[in-house]
Amino acid sequence: MSTMPLYEEAAPRRPAPLRRLALGLEPYLYIAPSVILIATIMLVPLIVGLSYAFRDMQLINPFSGGFIGLEHFRALWTDAAFWLSMKNTLVWTFASVALQFAFGLVLALLLNSPFPGRGIVQALVFLPWAVPTFLSGLNWAWLFNPVVGPLPHWMAALGILPAPENILSDPSVAIWGPIIANVWWGIPFFAITLLAALQSIPQDIYEAASIDGAGAWRRFTDITLPFLAPTIAIAVLLRTVWIANFADLIIVMTNGGPADQTQIVSSYIFTQAFRRLDFGYASAIAMVLLVLLLAYSFVIILLRQSLLRR
Amino acid sequence: MTSSARSTSHWLLHYGLLAFYVAFALFPLYWLLKVSVTPNDLLYSEGIRLWPSRSSLAHYTFVLAHSDFPLFFKNSVIVSGSTAVLVTLIAALSGYAMSRFDFRGKMWLVGLMLITQMFPLVMLVAPIFKLFSPLGLTNSLTGLVIVYTAFNVPFATFLMQSFFDGIPKDLEEAAMIDGASRFRAFRQIILPLTLPGVAATLGFVFTAAWSELLFALMLVSKADASTFPVGLLGFVSKFSVDFGQMMAAGVLALIPACLFFLLIQRYLVQGLTAGAVKG
Repeated sequence: MSTMPLYEEAAPRRPAPLRRLALGLEPYLYIAPSVILIATIMLVPLIVGLSYAFRDMQLINPFSGGFIGLEHFRALWTDAAFWLSMKNTLVWTFASVALQFAFGLVLALLLNSPFPGRGIVQALVFLPWAVPTFLSGLNWAWLFNPVVGPLPHWMAALGILPAPENILSDPSVAIWGPIIANVWWGIPFFAITLLAALQSIPQDIYEAASIDGAGAWRRFTDITLPFLAPTIAIAVLLRTVWIANFADLIIVMTNGGPADQTQIVSSYIFTQAFRRLDFGYASAIAMVLLVLLLAYSFVIILLRQSLLRR
Repeated sequence: MTSSARSTSHWLLHYGLLAFYVAFALFPLYWLLKVSVTPNDLLYSEGIRLWPSRSSLAHYTFVLAHSDFPLFFKNSVIVSGSTAVLVTLIAALSGYAMSRFDFRGKMWLVGLMLITQMFPLVMLVAPIFKLFSPLGLTNSLTGLVIVYTAFNVPFATFLMQSFFDGIPKDLEEAAMIDGASRFRAFRQIILPLTLPGVAATLGFVFTAAWSELLFALMLVSKADASTFPVGLLGFVSKFSVDFGQMMAAGVLALIPACLFFLLIQRYLVQGLTAGAVKG
């Protein structure tokens, strides 16, 4: 050992406590900017916002602000529009995530192996991802409008609709308008994420499996899916939560109507906060949504941990 | 013979499916473009024609010459660009720490970041407004950049972490044995290998900031600090149903997002890691 006088070689062996302290602190230096930013811009306002749920908090009323206990939650329990928005949130979130994921996975697999023209095809199919959300909403609302959009006429010709009418104004199917817009906009998210994960699977494993006689389907189920599982779990977790909170398309396309049939919980919060300027009631609804989403995510985290351990 | 027939039908299916995806992805944008070049007198009479019998750029001329859109456009570029760069720097650091270190409180950090992905951001509008107001961060682009950066860091951290996870630890361990500090190994060896991840993160964040509407509406009330979505919404309410001009403005809003996207999209799936491990 003494024949190796290089400082760099010797340094890690020094038992200096200062160095050990520096090494122990290192991870915290890497995460410090994130933690400080999240704490001041999200956590502190979140706690302040949660306190609004127990206060009579109306932006336009300077005399409001007093604590009223559980009054908002009592009102919420008997609020039919809230329960309808809960049901709509389940439909909206499940349909959007399932369709985005299914179409995204197929697209990622289609793009995974090289073929002539892959670059341009990839650029074109990922394009909706770059479209601002409010613009996607306006764009699809326009397409569903029978006066200037082609979709109602096409659907009537195919027999899907009895007459070329706007599905956004039909209470029984209106929610599918924003869902279709959401699927269109969200497929690239899953495709990009899954494609990146697919490309990081070492090719040797496939080559070895081919030599051992594994067919395409066998390679997919025994190599691709296990490798993708953690990515799928985290992408679905983050996306489900994100979509459940995602009100932009609904606000732009239907504003929760007709007759609250497309109102999801987050668009209902938005309506309470910005139309009626009732931040107290809006925060109470938000708190219920938060608890539900936390419970959901807890289950998914457990699932991901068990997948990773396998 | 059978194998070549099978491979032909395989490729037909492959290209057929891709053609469906391309058509689905492009049709709404095609329609946006079509409406934006349709003169007002034809808008309703030729509503469902695939291309109007007469096209004009009148809507674009109006939007560019008689509206504040050039200013909104500039504001949005500044806000989205700054946010994307800041978030990527911060998330590369924290994503690297999550990928490589086992430290006390790591589970708490993961929990904290997941929680930020969960709560409805609309809850934060009033408290942030009250926090920013005395600091002079309302009606300011800086205020928007700070808010958007904080909102995007958690997701970007998870994204960067997944890219770092795909890179073998041996690479920087080898560099550290050769005498480099960990931070130097991170910058000079790991980060260049994660370029697809960095590009993906930049793209995601830029697009998210470019689209954000809620906080832009709440925090900015003056036209000179308005971003594009706020401007477009004001335009919609001011000129009620002038769909031609609205869509022309919409096409303009698409341009930077699409340009940025086309620039970075080829990095999204480059298999740099596979090359590095094999080489």
